[in-house]
Amino acid sequence: MATKVVMEALSPTMEEGRLVKWIKHAGDAVKTGETLAEVETDKAVMELVARADGQLLQIAAAEGSTVPVGNVVAYIGAPGEKIDASAAAPQPSAVSRQPSVNPPPSAGPQPSAVSRQPVPVAAPIESGRVRASPLARRIAKDSGVDLRLLTGSGPGGRVVKKDLEEAVARPATAAMPTVQRSVPLPTPHVTTVPYEDVPLTQIRKTIAKRLSASLGPIPHFFLTTEVDMERAAEARAALNAQLGDRGKIGFNDIILQAVALALAKHRACNAWFQDDHIRYWNDVHLGMAVAVEDGLITPVIRNADLKSLTQIGAEARELAQRARARRLKPEEYTGATFSVSNLGMYDIDQFTAVINPPEAGIVAIGTITERPVVVGGQVAPRKRLRLTMSCDHRVIDGATGATFLQTLRQMLENPLAMLL
Amino acid sequence: MASFDVIIVGGGPAGYVCAIRSAQLGLTAAVVEKEKLGGVCVNIGCIPTKALLHSAYIANLLREAKDFGVDAASVKTDYGVAMKRSRRVSDQNSKGVEFLMKKHKITVVKGSGVLQPGKKVKVGGDVYEAKKAVVVASGSRVKGIPQIGLEINKTTVISSDEALLLEQAPPSLIVVGAGAVGMEFADIFNAFGVPITLIEALPRILPLEDAEASDTLAKSYKKRGIEVIAGAKVAKATAGKDKVVLDVEAGGERKQVAAAAVLMAAGRAVNTENLGLKECGIQLTERGFIKIDQRLQTTAPGYYAIGDVAGPPMLAHKGFREGVVVAELLAGQQPHPIKYDNVPSVTYCHPEVASIGLTEEQCKEQKRDYVAGRFPFSANGRARGTGETEGFVKILRDKQYGEILGAHIVGAHASEMIHELAVARENEYTVEEVDLAIHAHPTMSEAIDEASLDSLGRVLHL
Repeated sequence: MATKVVMEALSPTMEEGRLVKWIKHAGDAVKTGETLAEVETDKAVMELVARADGQLLQIAAAEGSTVPVGNVVAYIGAPGEKIDASAAAPQPSAVSRQPSVNPPPSAGPQPSAVSRQPVPVAAPIESGRVRASPLARRIAKDSGVDLRLLTGSGPGGRVVKKDLEEAVARPATAAMPTVQRSVPLPTPHVTTVPYEDVPLTQIRKTIAKRLSASLGPIPHFFLTTEVDMERAAEARAALNAQLGDRGKIGFNDIILQAVALALAKHRACNAWFQDDHIRYWNDVHLGMAVAVEDGLITPVIRNADLKSLTQIGAEARELAQRARARRLKPEEYTGATFSVSNLGMYDIDQFTAVINPPEAGIVAIGTITERPVVVGGQVAPRKRLRLTMSCDHRVIDGATGATFLQTLRQMLENPLAMLL
Repeated sequence: MASFDVIIVGGGPAGYVCAIRSAQLGLTAAVVEKEKLGGVCVNIGCIPTKALLHSAYIANLLREAKDFGVDAASVKTDYGVAMKRSRRVSDQNSKGVEFLMKKHKITVVKGSGVLQPGKKVKVGGDVYEAKKAVVVASGSRVKGIPQIGLEINKTTVISSDEALLLEQAPPSLIVVGAGAVGMEFADIFNAFGVPITLIEALPRILPLEDAEASDTLAKSYKKRGIEVIAGAKVAKATAGKDKVVLDVEAGGERKQVAAAAVLMAAGRAVNTENLGLKECGIQLTERGFIKIDQRLQTTAPGYYAIGDVAGPPMLAHKGFREGVVVAELLAGQQPHPIKYDNVPSVTYCHPEVASIGLTEEQCKEQKRDYVAGRFPFSANGRARGTGETEGFVKILRDKQYGEILGAHIVGAHASEMIHELAVARENEYTVEEVDLAIHAHPTMSEAIDEASLDSLGRVLHL
């Protein structure tokens, strides 16, 4: 009788593993101890080894799929051996839920008995039941597609046959995203796609779970940096002199533009946490907290990274004015990808702002004030600004936030850097 | 100028249901109808024929009653009485539609609607304006085959329109066309004692159904004395004052068939004339239907088409659904797309024929890897009890995944039983889910369970 290969607990805290790559393929001869597949656990990528000699008869979990510990991922047996119903039945719990569909092994060729199990190969753990038609479940099981990764077109988002056929027809990476996608690198603003959804890797899932448990629903952490604003002040004065009556540029406008441009270079901070995936935005829609009579609202400057300083300034003032007059349309205060909050006008040196979910970060802007600073070995009075970034640790790690702030600081200390 | 959110031209099944659904969704609606509300279906189609078929059923039942221990003496039939009853049923239903229009505050405009550009509809001297859309639901009508001399003259060459209003059954009748309409009228008039010749051009009667269904019905009809000539070409027709003679070629032979009347039960024409379609930029398909996109919109934005005029299958229940979908689209909803491959098809002859999905012939043509599961009613306890053992359930199962590719039921109440399989297919249940649902015993529906099992090689009662 064929031996089941199950997802093993490869770390003490592992509850599920993502099949990164099958080293052996159906039909390959395998020996006990040989590596069958690479599996990503909550900690690292580990090897799943064979516990029996023979031929790898069938692979029951596709690359990229996530399988709970204990679930069958493959079968090993004698060459040509049929996988019988009892060996093929997945979990004991699944069998006990389906007592009527466990025919004796002698019931002849029984592929249907295997596929009749309504539990998909990659049974959902935390995300609840997968909505899929019985036919879709069977096709999914056979083709190794993880139903949870599909968007259903049936009633109530139910996955139906058509969705499966389309998923199977698509290249494997699209239907079954693999871990190699990992955290995207900062990319310049070249694509017309507004965002990209990246499934949470096991390590991201663990970070999300642990940190949420320790500090409220959003695990915040804070990074503060002090920025020298002398050159920004000079640039502002020069620009205003040139503009004359045609407008006036404020420090806030310069900061907004610098944040937008820095975000365009650090896509890793321009993101939404979406429960089971992170949405990395290519567009930069900058939210701007505005105090109103009985609270605050965050109007959004769309595509702020593509707008000029004067455009941003004009838009910011106009939005703030209408916000205070309660004249904002819903689409004008929703959809930000990142936010800023400025309490400089209230002489606040520095503060921490609360993240506006699903955004992953917000920068709190303090007042620009003259402070004694050591410049070239001399203590000198300099215009200084303290920026504090609140980060959602499920999306942004310390170093990720820090490099973003570094870029932002460079841009403000040397406004010409914004042109880079 | 009166204006409505939606103006529907045609008060048949597609049109009036579209109006009701529109009203439910808060839209103002008007229906333009030149005749009685309910269209062909209610007045000269589905509904009155079902009344007449029940008369036929009772006649045949009483003829066999003695075997059941009930002596109903000699059975006398009167088509005129049956016809009048069928008219009352039609009128009831048409009044029911009128009531529904009032209940939903839908304006009914009497007259012929002509479309005008700018989402307007002219009825007589009045012009009505639609704020959201004009929906064309003008339906279809019977047509003869004038090419072979069978132009409907309403006396010796009649259509179902006339047959439904006959005061008495004709002395003898040739039915040309053995689709649903021809099969049903052959059944009705046979029960009323009329010698019938049923002629079909295609190689078998009920040509769109599974061949096993056709064969079962051909046998059943022959047993009842109906002459069935399939694969027949009418070479010539001579319609006299009280007699029609047809020269028919079938199976390489040529023969003459004569009867007091011919009922033309082949072919329908869609009502696309004098509607102002061209003026509004609404195009037709090669086959003459109004061309529509996936959202049922015609080639002119703001003009939609539903029901028979929008394409086959020309069935009231397909029109119902299109009416609902258009109303929901106009109300900004995202209705579930219509699965045109999951529209049940029913012929209410005795025994009834109901089907959904592919026939076995289509499975073969499409090279599907399938298994046919069958269960005859002769092995079903309930059917034996009622003496309705004719027919079977046949389920075509995809070998790999168990998908129900098609299902065919021939037998008493087939029309009522097919919906179990319609639900199964709509929800992508496989034969195993059908079997897992416990079927009450004794019922004819058990045959569906058994046919499912048979397709898995596990039939129990055979």
